[in-house]
Amino acid sequence: MEQLQITSAAPDSALLDLPWRTPLADWPADVLAALPRGISRHVVRFVRLDGRVLAIKEISEAVAFREYDLLRQLRKLEIPAVRPVGVVTGRLDDDGEPLEAALVTEHLAFSLPYRAVFSQALRPDTAARLIDALAVLLVRLHLVGFYWGDVSLSNTLFRRDAHQFAAYLVDAETGDLHRELSRGQREYDVDLARTNIIGELMDLAAGELLDEDVDELAIGDALVSRYAELWEALTGVESFGSDERWRVAARIDRLNDLGFDVGELSITTDIDGTTVRIQPQVVDAGHHSRRLFRLTGLDVQDNQARRLLNDLDSYVAATDRQEDDPQMVAHDWSQNIFQPTIRAVPRDLRRKLEPAQLFHEILDHRWFISEQAGRDVPMPEATASYVEHVLRHRPDEKAILGAPPGEQDLDADVDAGPDSAPEDDHFHLST
Amino acid sequence: MATVTFDHATRVYPGTERPAVDQLNLHVEDGEFLVLVGPSGCGKSTSLRMLAGLEDVNGGSILIGDRDVTDVQPKDRDIAMVFQNYALYPHMSVADNMGFALKIAGKPKAEIRERVEEAAKILDLTEYLDRKPKALSGGQRQRVAMGRAIVRQPQVFLMDEPLSNLDAKLRVQTRTQIASLQRRLGVTTVYVTHDQTEALTMGDRIAVLKGGLLQQVGTPREMYDTPANVFVAGFIGSPAMNIATFKVDDGVAHVGAARVPLERSVVEQLTDADGGKITIGFRPEALDVVPQGTENSMPVAVNLVEELGSDAFVYGTLVGPAAEEAEVRSGAGDNQVIVRIDPRNVPMKGDTISVTIKPGQSHVFSAATGNRLS
Repeated sequence: MEQLQITSAAPDSALLDLPWRTPLADWPADVLAALPRGISRHVVRFVRLDGRVLAIKEISEAVAFREYDLLRQLRKLEIPAVRPVGVVTGRLDDDGEPLEAALVTEHLAFSLPYRAVFSQALRPDTAARLIDALAVLLVRLHLVGFYWGDVSLSNTLFRRDAHQFAAYLVDAETGDLHRELSRGQREYDVDLARTNIIGELMDLAAGELLDEDVDELAIGDALVSRYAELWEALTGVESFGSDERWRVAARIDRLNDLGFDVGELSITTDIDGTTVRIQPQVVDAGHHSRRLFRLTGLDVQDNQARRLLNDLDSYVAATDRQEDDPQMVAHDWSQNIFQPTIRAVPRDLRRKLEPAQLFHEILDHRWFISEQAGRDVPMPEATASYVEHVLRHRPDEKAILGAPPGEQDLDADVDAGPDSAPEDDHFHLST
Repeated sequence: MATVTFDHATRVYPGTERPAVDQLNLHVEDGEFLVLVGPSGCGKSTSLRMLAGLEDVNGGSILIGDRDVTDVQPKDRDIAMVFQNYALYPHMSVADNMGFALKIAGKPKAEIRERVEEAAKILDLTEYLDRKPKALSGGQRQRVAMGRAIVRQPQVFLMDEPLSNLDAKLRVQTRTQIASLQRRLGVTTVYVTHDQTEALTMGDRIAVLKGGLLQQVGTPREMYDTPANVFVAGFIGSPAMNIATFKVDDGVAHVGAARVPLERSVVEQLTDADGGKITIGFRPEALDVVPQGTENSMPVAVNLVEELGSDAFVYGTLVGPAAEEAEVRSGAGDNQVIVRIDPRNVPMKGDTISVTIKPGQSHVFSAATGNRLS
């Protein structure tokens, strides 16, 4: 009797075509997009389905439903996290023996596992930028009352966000949503994050994948201080004399600059009215991306949006249209600058990066070659140069996953002797 | 090494009226393995998180040893949450996987190696210390994860449903491993589970919670033999205890043709609130199968026979005059009675058997309060 059940808010019948009667560890290579890297607590596989990459994790039914619900709630709260697709239960193998339930999530396009970011050996401050991104994610999670319970680089995916990275939560298995977190919960999460990050970096160092100059402890400590700074900026109480009321606007500007909108700010004065105390009550991340979305309909990450908005501002100034309706000008900018720039990139290379990230890099490149040439290089020329000298040599980042199917899986590799070579840590760039 | 004391510890979540944990008083001895058990929402995990410093304590206090830790931050409490994270690092040796937290804490190399070797000996991992985790089996990897907590030499281990995401076979194996490891280490341990079998097999003592209130605390034997109230009686034991309501006349409880003589001290404790009724619990093994028509016997219609080799159980329904008035329930549901029978002499589905309660093996509770009377 067939009792396979797929629980999903947006059911996709193609899911039924996957070999659910086979234990995940034994799925044939032809359905797999890749195998994950590292030693996981559970069996995880990536499959390609209808142009999407799905991550499938075998876990017990109760845990699968719990994580599925948590991920759905996080999405409602607009937390950057992987999209839950569904839970598959009632699996039986060909002998009628029950198999574990499976949680299906959609792999985040253009996301980078931290090992991929490090192995590309970008710039010395890469680690610092990853830590900044993780601190922002952790603060956002804590603001909505989510206790993670297992913060680590490997439970996070990173996406390029202009000069920065944006962090996304991948694994919510140990998490809990509360009305509000206690100080103890927040501090424990941060402390665990520090320990895990240092451990993960020590692991990269042990595998000779990390520059020798990198100080693992300092990076771990940086997370703690970045988190504390950001938390204080977003939630701290500020007092000042009633003649310094400009500080209310200054606080809001500072939060905007950090990428947050202030939804609610409490302002209290003492009885004689000489001291004012302000404290943000509701803050929402995505200040710049919301503004750009309102103006242009472009949905991009916050630092990318900031970069695009800066370019839009230059356009307004250059065309002398400060008095025009902002949406009209933004529309023209999109039509005349942004879209043509992206279209000028050959189609086969365009997919290597997200459009907003492409635009950001072209702007950077234009600044760089303009300085070299000693003149203002126009966008079409900058774009052509960027494509030729930079993009062509970049890896495709649309779906960076683990090892290609067929390569030996670590989980199955328990019999390898002590002298077997350390795994090579290259990443399969799937196309 | 340390004791743990909850002194009227209370947790009220903002926006709720009823405390999630209400005036918990509990003392865990040095080196003891205490299991907090109860159904979902009973307050067991909240209690553990209060001890860990993850939940604010709104009333009362929590002590580790003589130290009041009520307002101490989690990392300064000298506790270890076991199994929080058992992802192992592939490039590091087993020894480094176990000792990296000590390295972070700045401990000298020699001391780290010493502690790691000590833990490895206890965990049977000595010969693997210089290998990579991928050379280990699943069970060995799990032990490396335990080693991470052990090398920190905390005063108290805290475990919150650590087995919940393991498959059934590994769950039973790991259960035994954790229990014997804890005995060898002698570190005070507080363990949370919803599974009463896990509680009975692992704990030195068990604390049963329900609705934020401590119901009873005692050794597995005490919880099984003398449950303090109807809830504990029904919760502890598998298959669960049968519980039925009897009428009381002249010091005798009866339902249908069955009669159970009551001790005088029990009868004296009955109040008007009990309305002339009493609740009697009897475990499946406290029933004798007797020939039909035997005095005081109850007829049970057999719905299902569960044969387990060494044991066999009848899941049945009370029939005859007793059926209407008994209000029987058991782990199998309302109106269901579970009877342990001789596995060499099993009835067929549809048969009716007669059973009597073995003398001295009934548990008597107040019908009004549910509290134990005998």
